[in-house]
Amino acid sequence: MLKKISNIGDCGITCDFGDEVNEKTNKEVIKLFNFIQRSVNSKKIKGILNYTPSYNKLIINFELGKIKSKEIIEFIKSSDYSKTNLSEKNKVVQVPICYDEEFALDIQRLEEKTKLSFKEIVDEHLNTDFFVYMIGFVPGQPFLGDLNKNLYHDRLDTPRVKINKGSVGIVEKFCTIYTFESPGGWNIIGKTPFDLFNINKKNTSLLSPGDTVKFKSITKKDLLLFKNE
Amino acid sequence: MSNYFRVLRPGINSTFQDLGRFGLQHLGIVASGCMDQLLFCISNKLVGNKVSEGALEFAYQGPLLELAGESALVAVSGKVNFNIIKKNGDTKQGVPNESFVISNGDKIDVLSTINSVYGYFSIMGGFKLKEIKGSVSTLVRAKIGPNNGDKLKTDEKIFFNKSNSAGKTNKIQFDFDKDNTIRVMKGLQFDYFSKKSQEDFFLKEYKVTKLTDRMGMRLEGEKLENTVSKNIRSEGITKGSIQIPGDGQPIVLLSDHPTIGGYPKIANVITADYDKLVQKTQGSKIKFKLVDLVVAENAFEDYITRLNNF
Repeated sequence: MLKKISNIGDCGITCDFGDEVNEKTNKEVIKLFNFIQRSVNSKKIKGILNYTPSYNKLIINFELGKIKSKEIIEFIKSSDYSKTNLSEKNKVVQVPICYDEEFALDIQRLEEKTKLSFKEIVDEHLNTDFFVYMIGFVPGQPFLGDLNKNLYHDRLDTPRVKINKGSVGIVEKFCTIYTFESPGGWNIIGKTPFDLFNINKKNTSLLSPGDTVKFKSITKKDLLLFKNE
Repeated sequence: MSNYFRVLRPGINSTFQDLGRFGLQHLGIVASGCMDQLLFCISNKLVGNKVSEGALEFAYQGPLLELAGESALVAVSGKVNFNIIKKNGDTKQGVPNESFVISNGDKIDVLSTINSVYGYFSIMGGFKLKEIKGSVSTLVRAKIGPNNGDKLKTDEKIFFNKSNSAGKTNKIQFDFDKDNTIRVMKGLQFDYFSKKSQEDFFLKEYKVTKLTDRMGMRLEGEKLENTVSKNIRSEGITKGSIQIPGDGQPIVLLSDHPTIGGYPKIANVITADYDKLVQKTQGSKIKFKLVDLVVAENAFEDYITRLNNF
């Protein structure tokens, strides 16, 4: 449930859904997100520039010259967005992943820490239906969850200076896919050849908040031969 | 005949920008856009463009450009030291905030901004830029925008639309606000900080460090003590948010900020003072002043009135 709406500076508001980080809370966030996006697209509300969902919050940025925070807050409060259908827009996406040791930089360490075998870790990962909590930090990077508890692991003590694009990493109950080469502290367990983000495509980001991701194991040869459409 | 500028020297951080790329932050794409909106709009007004037309933004040292093709009406906005080098070699000092005609073979040499960071270069009719998702703003980090999403580089050609060089020249009087006070509103996690730090934040001066770019401005000063939690659940970020990481030194998130982040935010810069902030050079000292939403909204009205009066 939406617990609180507050101002962020003079051109933003945050809709806070409480401190819990789970799929249930996030689905509430995404309902409001879908509702705002639709209201903007159908011009039911003017002046909204961006709407950014995260685990438990939706942040809305607006153009101060066109609308004031008070009007947006009233708009949200007077709308019954809870009826927004989440499944209407959201999709299941199969993402190929190669767990070859060349890419699964941290699996060996995870085996030692979790006392699970390589196969058990991979199966656990493949059997999870991942919910897309949010996309961001850099373009197209998804934050997925939830992993089974036995795979929970902390961030690396010293982040790597360079993680290759396509690397799949896990931390705590979350899983991410690096869409750009960047520094990072996640435990890397594989690599996908999938282009999750391409600014020149109509669908810039393959995934949207609220989607579901299923990983599908591929061989190193498949990975090298893989061609993005 | 195509008309273009050849880039003889790109400058330190020269990128095309407009008012920003919106509606995509939920996919990780930040709005970007010009850092100093007032100056950006002024540069377009000087050459008779609509204020949202894409312009070339430069920081500290700007580019050296040579025109090939038909004469054009152009303008440089800001406090900028620049020269116009005629084809025959004659050099004269350029005057910023005043449009002028530049002809085939002439060069414009943007040497430096004066006691400020950003300036803009506009041309009547606009540059020929490829719009990406409705905007010509450049986000270098993700290679999004015209010019393959990159900064200007030596030997590149910047094409422009046919400019009516007979267009009316125009000039304005412009000066930066010398005052060092930046008005802010309380951030979402203001209460995370100790009573002393909440006071220090508004009493002490903070220095702009060299770790400042279009993404963020790192400040240095009295350490701010977080008594609740050094990390919060990642949440969407708003331009002008002031976050305090574990070391207690503020970072103001600027136009190219990451879309989500997990550091507590002590305050948010009000829209009317954002331009003033981003023009503060390395080593400048600033002071924050707490205001409420009503003051911020009224200050914005004044800001728009000022813009419309140019």
